[in-house]
Formats: sequence, structure tokens, C-alpha cells
Amino acid sequence: MQPLYLLSLLNGMFGTITLSLLTILCGGVAGFVIALARISPLRTVAMAAIAYIQIFQGIPLLVQMGLAYFGPLLLGFDSVPPLAAATLAMSVFASAYLGQIWYGCLISVAKPQWEAAECLGLSRWQRMRRVILPQAVRIATPATVGFLVIIVKNTSVSSMVVGYHELTYNAKVINNATFEPFLYFGLAGLLYFLICYPLSVQSRRLERKFNVGNR
Amino acid sequence: MAYEFDFGSVLASWPMLLQGAWTTLVLTFWATLAGFTVGTLCAVARTSGPRWLRLVVGGYVEVVRNTPLLIQAYFLIFGLASIGARLPIMLGVVIAMVVNIGSYTTEVMRAGIESIKRGQIEAAGCLGLSKAQIFLHVVLRPAMERVYPSLVSLYVLLMLGSSVLSAVGVEELFGVSNRVQSLTYRNFEVFIVLGAIYLALTLLLRGSFWVLGQLIFPRRRKLGTAL
Repeated sequence: MQPLYLLSLLNGMFGTITLSLLTILCGGVAGFVIALARISPLRTVAMAAIAYIQIFQGIPLLVQMGLAYFGPLLLGFDSVPPLAAATLAMSVFASAYLGQIWYGCLISVAKPQWEAAECLGLSRWQRMRRVILPQAVRIATPATVGFLVIIVKNTSVSSMVVGYHELTYNAKVINNATFEPFLYFGLAGLLYFLICYPLSVQSRRLERKFNVGNR
Repeated sequence: MAYEFDFGSVLASWPMLLQGAWTTLVLTFWATLAGFTVGTLCAVARTSGPRWLRLVVGGYVEVVRNTPLLIQAYFLIFGLASIGARLPIMLGVVIAMVVNIGSYTTEVMRAGIESIKRGQIEAAGCLGLSKAQIFLHVVLRPAMERVYPSLVSLYVLLMLGSSVLSAVGVEELFGVSNRVQSLTYRNFEVFIVLGAIYLALTLLLRGSFWVLGQLIFPRRRKLGTAL
């Protein structure tokens, strides 16, 4: 095994982490908006959020990659950088799931909390920020950390349509040159494991920690 | 903006797309069937097996759940090919899917099995049910009924996830669409059509699982309540 190949794998891992972080950032913001839209008192807004979640949870990430890559071309962009297209697709994907997860967390904050906040004369935004969100965040953290694992794993498909170079792509290129699949895909798998396993453990630990009341 | 959509030329390749969708469903069917069996066995091993077996299954679950499906497929299919075991591509893909979904099923089924109250099992023992009867009727079936919605979500995600396996050369729906793209040069339209087909497959799968659930859980059908 040559050090050059190892370096290439680490380089790919850097690409994976970059895309994951961008996705968490953009997908998180979009997912929060979706979750808020989902509990909106305006029926049209809530219905739109439901449709968004159903559609993007019902088609594979790869198809979203294709739409994000070829869509902007129709709008007059000359070309889309692979990272931008991958981030766009991953963010839409992540926001559909995070929106659904966070919606569940928001409505699982006990009903009297909502009513009491209203009785105290708090505005909608005050009620959200000072009463509901602090409690919802607590409920949401384990599932959200768990979802980060899914984000990291799903970046592995982003070389297939848009051609973004990340860990899986680099492993495949190395394998094409050396044909030692067990070694290089094993190493790539190990690197994914090194990112994901601590997150999984953390997610489980948080779940145990926050779930004291239900034990 | 003067882009003219042209779905006609894409839809003209409907026999290919249909063939691809069929392959996707076939892959999903076998992977679901085998994956559920593997996962249930592993869940039983993990809840009541000897210590070493629990550790082995635990390791399998952790490794598979923390690495991407695509890497697993490359590892298994190219790996097996490199030591001379050249499987038919469909078989290789189903094996990769089973290895993947088996681990998720294990965790879900384990949660179900652990949710069965100890008193239920003791009561069944007092009523004179054999070990096998207790396991089948008192543990397994109610456990499965409880986690059925989660299982359905897993298998729908598996169907969507199978699209990445076009990377190892299987001609399922996504793989076929690559050919349609190079025939028509209508990339965006192809992806729109593809999204619509996958949405339809998702609904079809959810519907089928609903019917299946009604058939295998008569208690729920009669009482209309969750367990």
C-alpha cells in the first residue's frame, strides 16, 4: 500500500466532511423553516410543508442530485460547481427529514405549555423562543445527532451524478488502479466508521440522558 | 428563459423505464424478505443468545449502520470478484442489500422484542405453552406488530437507497435512466420523470405493506387499535 493512496483517501474524507458540514448548516436552517411551516396555523403553508416532506422523502437522493445539477442550467447558469449542486441536493434531502423530526419534537412539547404561554400574553415569536424551543431542543437533540450519521453516509453518492469528489469516489479511483477492493474499500469504510460511530454513540447517550422521566 | 421542456422523447423510452422499475421492485422484494429473516434471527441472537454471539451481532450491526451502502456494495461485490467469486450481478446486489438492511432490521426488531413485558412470557409459561409457542405467539408476533411502522419505513428507504447500486452495474430504475439520458440528452426531464416514478413506487410499497399489515395482524384489523 502506497502512502500516496492513503493521502488520497484522507483527502476524500476532507471532501466528505466539507459537504457534511455544509449540509448540516443549510439543511438545518431549511429544515427548521419546514418544521415551523408544518405547525403554521395557515392551512396552505402547513399543506405545502407536508407536500414538501412527502415528495422529498419519497424520491431517492440521487434523483434530487440530478435535479439540483441540471435544474440551474435551465435557469441560465452556465455550469454548476459539483460542491454547490451536491450541497443543494443534500440540503433539500436533509431538510425534508429534519423538518419532519423537528415537527414531531415541537408538537411533543406538552400542550399546556403552549396554552400557558398564550395566557401569559406572550406573542407567537416570544412563546416559540422562550417556552417551546428550549424544551423542544432537548427532545430533538438525540434524533438530530443520529441523523448526522445519515447525512455523512449519504454524501457517499454525491460523485455519482454531480461528480463531487469525496471519500467513496477516491476509494473507487484507487481501486480501479490497484484492484485491491478489500483493502481500499475496507479503509474507506473504516474512515466513515471513525466519523459516524462517535456520533451514533453520542446519540444513544443523549437519548438515555434525556429520557430519565420515562425509565 | 427559453427552455422548452420535452417529456415526449423521455416517455418514449417507457419500456426501459418500466423494466428498470420492475428490477427495482424485484431487488427490494428479495432483499426485504431475506433482510427481515436475517434481522429477526440477529435480533433473537442479540437478546437471548450466548455472550459471544451477542458481541458478534452487535459488531455487525455497528459496522453496517455506520458505513454507507455504496461502500458495502463495492466491498462485497468487487471484493468477492477479486478473490474469484464472480456472482451474477443481481445476486451480488441482493446480498449487499441484505447485509445492509439486516442490521437495521436487527435494531428495530430488538426494540420490539425488548418491549414485550416479562409478565407476558411468564403467564404464557404458566398456561403450559411450549418454548417455541411462547416465542412465536407471545414474543415475536406482538413485537413485530409494535414495530411494523418502523419496519415499513426501513424497507421503503431500502427501495429508494437501491438506486445507488446502479454504481455496480445493475440495471435497476436509476441505472436504466442513465441510458435514457444518453439516448435523449434530456437530463432534467429524465430526472423529473424518474422522481415521479420513484414517488409512485413509494406509494405502491406503502400501500402493499398496509394491506400486508391488515392480513397478518388480524387483531389490529378487528379492534382498530395500536398494540
